[in-house]
Amino acid sequence: MAILIDSTTRVLCQGLTGAQGTFHGRQALEYKTKLVAGVTPGKGGGRHLSLPIFDTVGEAAAKTGATASVIYVPPPFAADAILEAAAADLPLVVCITEGIPVADMVRVKRALCGSATTLIGPNCPGIITPNACKIGIMPAAIHKRGTVGVVSRSGTLTYEGVWQLTQAGLGQSTCVGIGGDPIHGLGFVESLELFLGDKETEAILMIGEIGGDEEARAAEFLRSENRAGRGKPVAGFIAGATAPPGRRMGHAGAVIGGAAETADAKKALLRGAGVVVADSPADLAKAVLTARTKTRGSAGGRTSGKASSRTNSRARSRTNSRAKSRTRSASKR
Amino acid sequence: MKLHEYQAKKLLAAAGVAVPQGVRVRSPACVQKVFAAKLDKPWVVKAQIHAGGRGKGKFLSGAHQGKGGVELVSNPRALEQVVRAMLGHPLRTAQTGAEGQIVRNLWVEAGSQIDREIYLSLVPDRAAERMTLVASAEGGMDIETVAEKHPEAILRLPLDPAVGWSPHMGRSLVKGLALQGAAAASFLALVRALIDFAERHDASLVEINPLAITKAGQAIALDAKIQIDDSALFRQPRLAKLEDRYEMSAEERQARAHDLSYVKLDGEIGCMVNGAGLAMATMDIIAAHGGTPANFLDVGGGATREKVEAAFRIILRDKDVRTVLVNIFGGIMRCDVIAEGVVAAARNLGLQVPLVVRLEGTKVAEGKKILSESGLEIIPADTLADAATKAVAAAQGAKQSPKKAAKNTRGKKTKTKGANKKVAQKKTTGKKARKATKKKVAKKATKKKSPNKAKRRS
Repeated sequence: MAILIDSTTRVLCQGLTGAQGTFHGRQALEYKTKLVAGVTPGKGGGRHLSLPIFDTVGEAAAKTGATASVIYVPPPFAADAILEAAAADLPLVVCITEGIPVADMVRVKRALCGSATTLIGPNCPGIITPNACKIGIMPAAIHKRGTVGVVSRSGTLTYEGVWQLTQAGLGQSTCVGIGGDPIHGLGFVESLELFLGDKETEAILMIGEIGGDEEARAAEFLRSENRAGRGKPVAGFIAGATAPPGRRMGHAGAVIGGAAETADAKKALLRGAGVVVADSPADLAKAVLTARTKTRGSAGGRTSGKASSRTNSRARSRTNSRAKSRTRSASKR
Repeated sequence: MKLHEYQAKKLLAAAGVAVPQGVRVRSPACVQKVFAAKLDKPWVVKAQIHAGGRGKGKFLSGAHQGKGGVELVSNPRALEQVVRAMLGHPLRTAQTGAEGQIVRNLWVEAGSQIDREIYLSLVPDRAAERMTLVASAEGGMDIETVAEKHPEAILRLPLDPAVGWSPHMGRSLVKGLALQGAAAASFLALVRALIDFAERHDASLVEINPLAITKAGQAIALDAKIQIDDSALFRQPRLAKLEDRYEMSAEERQARAHDLSYVKLDGEIGCMVNGAGLAMATMDIIAAHGGTPANFLDVGGGATREKVEAAFRIILRDKDVRTVLVNIFGGIMRCDVIAEGVVAAARNLGLQVPLVVRLEGTKVAEGKKILSESGLEIIPADTLADAATKAVAAAQGAKQSPKKAAKNTRGKKTKTKGANKKVAQKKTTGKKARKATKKKVAKKATKKKSPNKAKRRS
C-alpha cells in the first residue's frame, strides 16, 4: 500500500524544462516513475525528455490524467506554481523549491484551506515509495522497499536515516520529507496519521529538528493514538542539540525560539509518548529496531500481550478506512 | 536580514507610524545635525548594533567602559562626550559574543513624555500559519519573560490574509490593553500602519518594545526592531541595500558571498556538511563523542569545487579549529566532485590540521578513490559514528600536542610548495608552529589502528 503515492501515481512536473527539472525528471523516469508531462508556460506543444509539455497545469492534468505534481520552479514563481496545481485540483503537490518568501506561503496555506490538494514541502527532498514511485531529489539507490515509514524535516539527514535502515535490512514503505520551512504543507501529525493507517507500514522513523512545535504536536498525537490502541512502534531523532538559541541553522525553520523548541524538550516529549528517541544520529536504525522489540511486549503495540486486546479490530479498521480515503484521493486510480 | 533601529524608524515614519524625531550620528562631527534638528530634550543616545539588550549592555572600552548603550543627555557638551565615548567602541550585550559588537552608528532622538509602555510585535506564527499581532501591557519587558510569568497577559491576533483587518480586532486589542479615548484611536492607527508596512516590506519581524503612550495620548514607537525575510529580498531591492555587512563576522560575509550557510560556534572541530539537518546532526554527534563543533556549515545541494574550497577557507579562518570533519551524503551532489574539491582545497590552502572525510551516497567509490590516491593525509571514515570518533580523537591529539613536535616545524615548513607557501607565509610563526604540531600529532594518531588509542596516549 504505502502512503500518498504508489506505482499507479501519474506525475506531472512544473518546471521540467529547467536544469533541475531536467536532471531530476530523467532520474524519476529511470526509476520507472510514471512521469507523464511537463508544464512550462510558453513552451506548450513542445516535448522534453520525450514527454509532452503543456502551458498550464489544468491542461496537462486533463490530457494526461496526472494526479500529482512536482515543482522545480524558482522561488519567485513557486507559490504561484503551487496555487496553479491546487486550482487544477491535483490531489498531491510536491514542492522542492527552497527560498519561497514566508508571506507567499502564508497566502498559499490560506488558499489550500478546504482544498482537496495535499501539499508536501516546500524546501523538501520530496517523497518516495521504493520500487514504485519517486517524486523528488533523493538518491534512489539508498532505498529498499519494506515496512518502515520515514518522515523528516530534513533532506540529507533523511538519506542518512534511510541508508542506515537499508543497511540494517529494514526496508521502507514510504519516505516523506516535509521540508525545513517554518510554514509548509503536510506536517508530522498528518504523516504519522497516514503511516498509522497504512497496512504495509509496521514501524515509523520520524526525524525532527529544533524550532517550532510540530514535534510537540506529534508527540501529543502519538500519545492519544497509543491510548486508543492505534499505536505502532515509533523511533525518532531531533537534530540540533548543540545549536545555539536564536540562530538560524540553515533551514529557515531551524531556529530555537523558546525553551520548548530545543532538541532536549522535544526529545523528552516524544519519549513521553513512547517514542524511542536516538540521542546519536548514528543510531537511527538501531532506534527503529529497539522500538519494534520494545513495542512487541508492551502496551500500545499490536502484536501480543495486553496490546492485542486493546487493539480491537474495529479501531484498526476505522483508522485504515480513514487513511485510505485520504490515500485514495491522492492516487485517484 | 536585520535592520538597525535608525533604519527601521526612518522606514516606519515614511509608512505613517509615529516615531520620535531623531538623527543618525556616524561621527562626532554629526552632532551639529542634532543641534540643527532642534530635537526636544532630553536627548536619548542609542548605540546601533544588531543585538538586543543594549541598555543593559556594557561598553568594553572607551570613556564609556562599563556603561550601557543607551544614554540620556540634556546639553550639547554632554552629547559630544557621549558620542565620542560610544562610537568605535565594542558594546557587549546578552546577545553579542564575549567580544561585543563595535558601535559604528548612533541614533539620537527626542525624549518623550511617557504615560505608559506597551509591547507590540508582528511575527509569523508557525502553528497558525499566519502573521500574528502580539501585544502585552507589559511594555519594555522581554516578551519571553512575560510569556513565562504571565502568559495570560499576552494578546495574540492571527491575521487572515484573505480577510485582512476587521474593527473587532481593534476593539479586542484596546480592551485587552485597557486603552481608551484618544490613546486607543492613536494606538490602532499605529497598528494598522504597522500591518500595512510589514506586508509591503516582507517583514518577518516587526517588534515595537516599548510602544509608548505619551502624556498627550499619542501612541509612538520608542524602539523598533525589524527583520526582512531573506527569501523575499529579491523583490525588496531597496531594503536589500540597507544590509549592514559590518554586523556580520568576516566568516559570515565570506559565507554569504559563496551562498554557504555558516554559523560560528565555540568548539574545535570545523564541520563541512551538505544539508542543514545533517549539518546539525554532525554537530550533535561530535558533542556526543566528547568533542565540540566549531561551526555549522551547510555547503548546500549543488556544491562545486570552488564552493568546497571557499568553505574550507572559512572554516580555517577560525583559529580554534583543530580538526576538520567533512561529512557528505551525496544525493544530487556527487561524492567524486566533493572529493576533488576537498583535495584541491587541502592542497591550495596548505591544510595544517587533521582532516577527517566521510563520504556516502552517489559515486562514493570514485570519491574515496580520489581521496586515497591524492597522497594527502586524509583520515577516511565510513559511518557517521566512525567520523565523529576519528575527528574527536584527532582534535584531542592536536590539543595535547607535546612540545618536541613544535621544534620540528621548521623542517616541515620548507616542504610546503607553491600556493601553500603563499598562505603559510601570511601566518605568524607562532600559529605556524602550533598548526604544524597539530598535523604531526594527528599523523601519529592516524597511524594507530584505533583512534581511541591515540586519545589515551596523549
